[in-house]
This record gives sequence, C-alpha cells and structure tokens, in this order.
Amino acid sequence: MAGFNKVVTSYDDALAGIKDGMTIMVGGFGLCGIPEGLIAQLQHLEAKELTCISNNAGVDGFGLGLLLEKRQIKTMIASYVGENRLFEKLFINKEMEVILTPQGTLAEKIRAGGAGIPAFYTATGYGTQVAQGKETREFNGRSYVLEPSLTADFSLVKAYKADTMGNLVFRKTAMNFNPMMATAGHITVAEVEEIVEPGELDPEHIHTPGIYVHRVIKGQFEKRIERATTID
Amino acid sequence: MALTREQIAQRIAQELQDGYYVNLGIGMPTLVANYIPESIEVMLQSENGLLGMGSYPQQHEIDPDLINAGKETVTAITGAAYFSSADSFAMIRGGHVDLTVLGAFEIDQQGNIASYMIPGKLVKGMGGAMDLVAGAKNIIVSMTHCNRHGQSKLLKQCTLPLTGVNCVNKVVTDLAVMEINQGCFHLTERAPGVSIDEIREKTAGELSISGDILEMNVS
Repeated sequence: MAGFNKVVTSYDDALAGIKDGMTIMVGGFGLCGIPEGLIAQLQHLEAKELTCISNNAGVDGFGLGLLLEKRQIKTMIASYVGENRLFEKLFINKEMEVILTPQGTLAEKIRAGGAGIPAFYTATGYGTQVAQGKETREFNGRSYVLEPSLTADFSLVKAYKADTMGNLVFRKTAMNFNPMMATAGHITVAEVEEIVEPGELDPEHIHTPGIYVHRVIKGQFEKRIERATTID
Repeated sequence: MALTREQIAQRIAQELQDGYYVNLGIGMPTLVANYIPESIEVMLQSENGLLGMGSYPQQHEIDPDLINAGKETVTAITGAAYFSSADSFAMIRGGHVDLTVLGAFEIDQQGNIASYMIPGKLVKGMGGAMDLVAGAKNIIVSMTHCNRHGQSKLLKQCTLPLTGVNCVNKVVTDLAVMEINQGCFHLTERAPGVSIDEIREKTAGELSISGDILEMNVS
C-alpha cells in the first residue's frame, strides 16, 4: 500500500490481523448490503470466540449463518435473529450468548462509538427488560436509559462503489448499518462492487469519507434475496 | 360481524392525513398501504433506510438492494430518499414520524404494549419496535380483540414483557376502535353488527362507554 491507496486484492490481505476473541461488526440488514466475500473469508480463517455485532444473523448457510456452522461466534449483538434454524439451536442450547438490542439503539451505539461518544441517553426500552441494570435519568419530565456505545476491532462493510482512497458510496437500502460501522472499526474493511479512481466519485455525494476506511476490496456478490415479493 | 384484517386496515387508513409521514409495522399494518385515500399524499417510512416506499415491484423490477423492514423487495416512489439506519432512527426517535401503526400481543389501559416476546418461546428480538413506540408522536395498535384461545388482549396490565410504556394512543381491533388515556380504554366505534355487550365482555381492561357508539365505516 502506498499513500492513500487502500486497495487490497486478496481476501487474506483484507482480513489480515483477525484473531480469536475479537469484536467484529458486520454491515447489512437481513441479507441486503452484507459483505458476502469477507464473511466467507472469516469462515475460512476459522477465527473463534468472536463477538459479532450485526443487525441480524444471516440465514442457514449464507451471510453470518456461515460463521455459526463452525461455532465461531461466542456473543451475538443484534436486534432480530429469527431467520436461522442453526442460530435457534445454538441459542436454545446456550452455545452462544445473544444480546438483543433495539435496532435504533444498536445503530446509535455504533454511530456514537465511531464518533467518540462513550454513552448516550435514549427513551427506547425504558420500562422494559432492555433497561434492566442500566442507569436511568429524567430529562424534562421523561425517563431515559443510559446506553454505552460500541466499537470493534474490525468492521466489515459493504458499499456499492469505492475510490482507491476509501471514499464510499452506498446503493439504495443496502446502505443500512454500513456507514456507522465504517466509522466504528479500529480497522474497517469495505467490500465493494466497483473500485474507481480518485475524482470519479463526486465529493458532494460521498456517504463515507475515506478517513474511516482502511482497506478496500472488490468483491463478487450473489445478492441473495430473502423474500422476493412482487405485485403480480 | 368481526372485521377482517383488510377491514381493520381500511379503518386505520381513515386516520391518515394529507402530508403524514407514516411507519407501518410488519404484518397486518402493512395492509394499511392498500387503503390510502387517493385524495391525500402520505410518505411511508421503512426503518431499514427508506422514506417514500412504493408498492411491491413487478418481476422485472426486483432489486436486491431495495427492500423494506420485513426484508421484502419493494419499490421507491418519486421523491423518495435513502439513508442509514442511524438517520432512520433519528427520524423515529426524534419524533419526526407522524404516525406509527403496529401489531401487538397485548396492550393495557396504561397504554403499555407487549409485542415482541413470549417467554418460553424462541426470542427473535424486538427489531425496531421499541424505538418506534418510544419515538412516535402517535401510535395506533392494530390487532384482534382476543387471542386464539378467546382471551382478551386489552388488559388491565400486560402480562408479557413490554415493548414500551405509556405509549399507545389508540387501538383498532376486529371489534372496536378505542382511545387509551387516563388509565382507561374509551370505546369510540364498534364493528358493524357487533354489540356493546360483546365488546364489554371481551375487554379485560377498564372500559369507558359514553354517548352513542357509532359503527365503523368499512366496506
């Protein structure tokens, strides 16, 4: 790598430095906007005892479902996990810890983590199991829960386009958790559909500035659809 | 006669106002989109990062990068915007969404709602429901009046783990429309042909009935 050229050409280079016990953020909502090749590489590397932060846990045999097959995840932090039989089994047998987090709180924990804010108050979850054991405080007559922020050793995100300097553009609802996770990784790896030269992305239309992104790899995407629904 | 799911959706659609930004929950609430009056404009928010959600696509329009919060493929209308999950929940938590419609297992006379977890069954997670009930200015719950065992879902106090506290303003069931305030369900409308006695019998929470209770206008 030279200067600000962040392009890597192999998945080994993309995930160099991943170790057992690390915390990994993985972008996507369901199977939409997930870094497919990076997840497959994580399975290949057999890193274990991982804490995985992702909105969902994939499906059987695809997305984060791949990491469940080799029991690589010790703790899963997610908002909704119902699409995966193996996940259910590991969860029920207590082979994996699951920390269910409201989706907006999860997004904000990651945003705050990337922005250097250690915790924040939110009304979400007040008076529910989510608030148990957490500090609460009243502001202007309403009660709020203190939620600590999240960061990760590695953030694996998926973008539509990157330039070689790591500036990222996302496409439609494949954006979801990816921009915040890009900011919250000690090392952020972006797997993208297309890599272009600096200057080819309009600076006014960059979603994630390259300062947050350490490695860029061009991926191949199956883009599996979870629920194909049509008007017909 | 108790209303069908479609009729419940039709009745909830009558609550929509021109210029509203609305979030429709997964399941029955989604049907409300089919009954938006043509005389008004409403923007649908999908919490995975879309404002201006359109109908399902035609086969040739399917785009894996364009889904709703139920992970179904959808389209975007003219004037739509895409954004991150953090921005999406800033809209929700910040009170910018005018109306949220969602389902529930139980609600109670304090406006509490339980909708995400039945102990002993697999816990799938709350998704965005806790953020939606904490943030929306106006929440309508859409559900059947009783569960499949015939037990009331409108209670004095929820028995299941809560999704949110003191947040539900209104409920539309297959039997009735009720407002919830001051620790009480207030009956405002009944389903065509459903008696007030039946509603009273099937509402376990405190119920207030005053004046004439008109029938809902559904077809």
